[in-house]
Amino acid sequence: MYRSHVLVCGGTGCTSSGSDRIVRALENNIRSVGLEDEVKVIRTGCFGLCALGPIMIIYPEGAFYSRVQVDDIPEIVEEHLLKGRVVRRLLYQETVQEDTVKSLDQTDFYKKQMRVALKNCGVIDPENINEYIAYEGYEALGKVLTEMTPEEVIKTVKDSGLRGRGGGGFLTGQKWAFGAAEKADQKYVACNADEGDPGAFMDRSILEGDPHVIIEAMAIAGYAIGANQGFVYIRAEYPIAVQRLQHAIDQARELGLLGKDILGTGFDFDIELRLGAGAFVCGEETALMTSIDGKRGEPRPRPPYPTTSGIFGKPTVLNNVETYANIPQIILKGADWFRSIGTEKSPGTKVFALGGKIHNTGLVEVPMGTTLREIVEEIGGGIPNGKQFKAAQTGGPSGGCIPAEYLDIPIDYDSLTAIGSMMGSGGLIVMDEDTCMVDIAKFYLEFTVDESCGKCTPCRVGTKRLYEMLDKISKGQGTMEDLDKMEELCYYIKENSLCGLGQSAPNPVLSTLKYFRDEYVAHIKDKRCPAGVCKELLHYVIDPAKCRGCTLCAKTCPADAITGKVKEPHVIDPAKCLKCGACLEKCRFGAIVRK
Amino acid sequence: MANRKSAIAFQSTPEQEARLTAVLEKLRGTQGAVMPALQQAQEIYGYLPIEVQKRVADGLGVPLEEVYGVSTFYSQFTLNPKGKYKVSVCLGTACYVKGSGAIYDALKEKLGIDGGECTPDGKFSLDACRCIGACGLAPVITINDEVYGRLLPEDLDDILAKYE
Repeated sequence: MYRSHVLVCGGTGCTSSGSDRIVRALENNIRSVGLEDEVKVIRTGCFGLCALGPIMIIYPEGAFYSRVQVDDIPEIVEEHLLKGRVVRRLLYQETVQEDTVKSLDQTDFYKKQMRVALKNCGVIDPENINEYIAYEGYEALGKVLTEMTPEEVIKTVKDSGLRGRGGGGFLTGQKWAFGAAEKADQKYVACNADEGDPGAFMDRSILEGDPHVIIEAMAIAGYAIGANQGFVYIRAEYPIAVQRLQHAIDQARELGLLGKDILGTGFDFDIELRLGAGAFVCGEETALMTSIDGKRGEPRPRPPYPTTSGIFGKPTVLNNVETYANIPQIILKGADWFRSIGTEKSPGTKVFALGGKIHNTGLVEVPMGTTLREIVEEIGGGIPNGKQFKAAQTGGPSGGCIPAEYLDIPIDYDSLTAIGSMMGSGGLIVMDEDTCMVDIAKFYLEFTVDESCGKCTPCRVGTKRLYEMLDKISKGQGTMEDLDKMEELCYYIKENSLCGLGQSAPNPVLSTLKYFRDEYVAHIKDKRCPAGVCKELLHYVIDPAKCRGCTLCAKTCPADAITGKVKEPHVIDPAKCLKCGACLEKCRFGAIVRK
Repeated sequence: MANRKSAIAFQSTPEQEARLTAVLEKLRGTQGAVMPALQQAQEIYGYLPIEVQKRVADGLGVPLEEVYGVSTFYSQFTLNPKGKYKVSVCLGTACYVKGSGAIYDALKEKLGIDGGECTPDGKFSLDACRCIGACGLAPVITINDEVYGRLLPEDLDDILAKYE
């Protein structure tokens, strides 16, 4: 028994900001004061509040330390762990109260959250199966294998109303029922962990923070549809997730929770990892299955649906990581419990990766039906530097931009589709007045052009033409007719593309055209970028009357575009200028102007 | 993704040769073996020149055309050698709205190469990547396994100097 537990976030965000070094320093310092038998250091999955990483929480006090540096460790060990005095200066300031430490779930960031899919993330050691088991792990698998028929499992998942969290929003129970109805010598269960939306990282956090929940849920799905083999298609760009999931599979095999005759019930099930190699289109189900087959990840027309002909031509049930993460709790707590959360047509919770121009970047899980305003202003802590909210982008390259007028709509699958965006996998990027909507549309189209597999013409050629028109507009060379042409092309691509990637690729353009048309017009008619982003329409100049010749800008310029003598006005060479704006931020006299 | 044929002559040590042979023998006959084979071959050689792709095709008994189709489809595979220091700029949405585009441009300028290329001395290669999941630190670049976050273009000189 340990008297104190130190939980250090080992998610990718915190690892990037140095949590590995923190863990090592902690262990060394704890040993040097002889506390190694009293204090246990655990590296957990993601806590969610990535903006404040590296994050550490010490129990039993529940003291939440943020932005911890290696130099702070001796003080934490000496003061907190040895002498029992919380180091107030390092606490997450939201939790500081007069004489006590406020519990984390009382803070604005966590108050409105409800953790179902992320239940164990930041709580357990993901590399230790016993910790998962201690938190009801594998109980749901035990329950279905010993007390439930496959039909009952499918009915429970169906009744819960759980919808696919990867973006499509298809009823999971219905999909399982289709898979179960197929007659075949071999069926497969698959997990889509090819999280391709740039800016979404909830699936990775689940895999890194709670890998066993995926194994357990896939085994349950296998039992329900009559499959004994599972595949996880996971991005090779997620090395920590790959390693933890493989480790978890090995541990589960050792304990007989995977493999032959699981829990002595005669049910066999095993899981194999297949690594993706960086192709966004492989998030599309038919492309993913072609890729597991080792081929170019090109989609194919449906039907036949994967539940009829999937991996290696066999019936396959494919669900996304977050979808699976809900399954064990639905089995244990029942469909009614799940339905009591969220909205009628979208029960349960949804995890969002909150990013962009917002204070609390990180992972948040809220009941469906929470408004965008609650997420952005309350949980997210609003927009930094006193800037104005302009739009929220959901659904990544397949979604759209939501303007301020819709901040109060309750978010679920159907409400987002109704306003021209989509749930997608749950990326939620906040944009402020400094974000140019033409530039953002161009950014997404560049992505789609790059990632289009090239199989069908509307997507391959159409997205390229769309990109070219956006590029023209962003350079001040567009015409008003281009806007109409773009709109027409968008609908053509949507209606004629083979797979979801192409069908949804025009959404960023359509939604910005609908809600931010005036910005397009400003680029075309006034040759002006209102947000000051589109480079071709920008110029940086130094006002000689204000310049004191301090040389700071010249030293800052990464391109050596600024010249001048000390104490004399400097000049910017427009031919060399990268328009990065670094000089503008550094100038103390307000002498540099962006036009 | 830029995937031009490499100008640098292919070299292989007997040890690399033996490792590749072992990989191919193990995977031969497995369903869907081309991708795992290329992934492991790239780990051995650092990139996938046509010579290595031929060996994979022969070793697995599949047409070279199929292997080449796969190696040029996925962005993880590279037909060009990478630099000793692999500089990667995150162009995920969260980083992009926080200015990673300017960081990428500044790096191209400083290193004198385009994305997907390698400096002539073999020291630095530059690539754009999509979201490494460190959105809280945006904008972010990685150099090999080291992550640098909350960057401004003027921070780059100090960072690159560490690798000179």
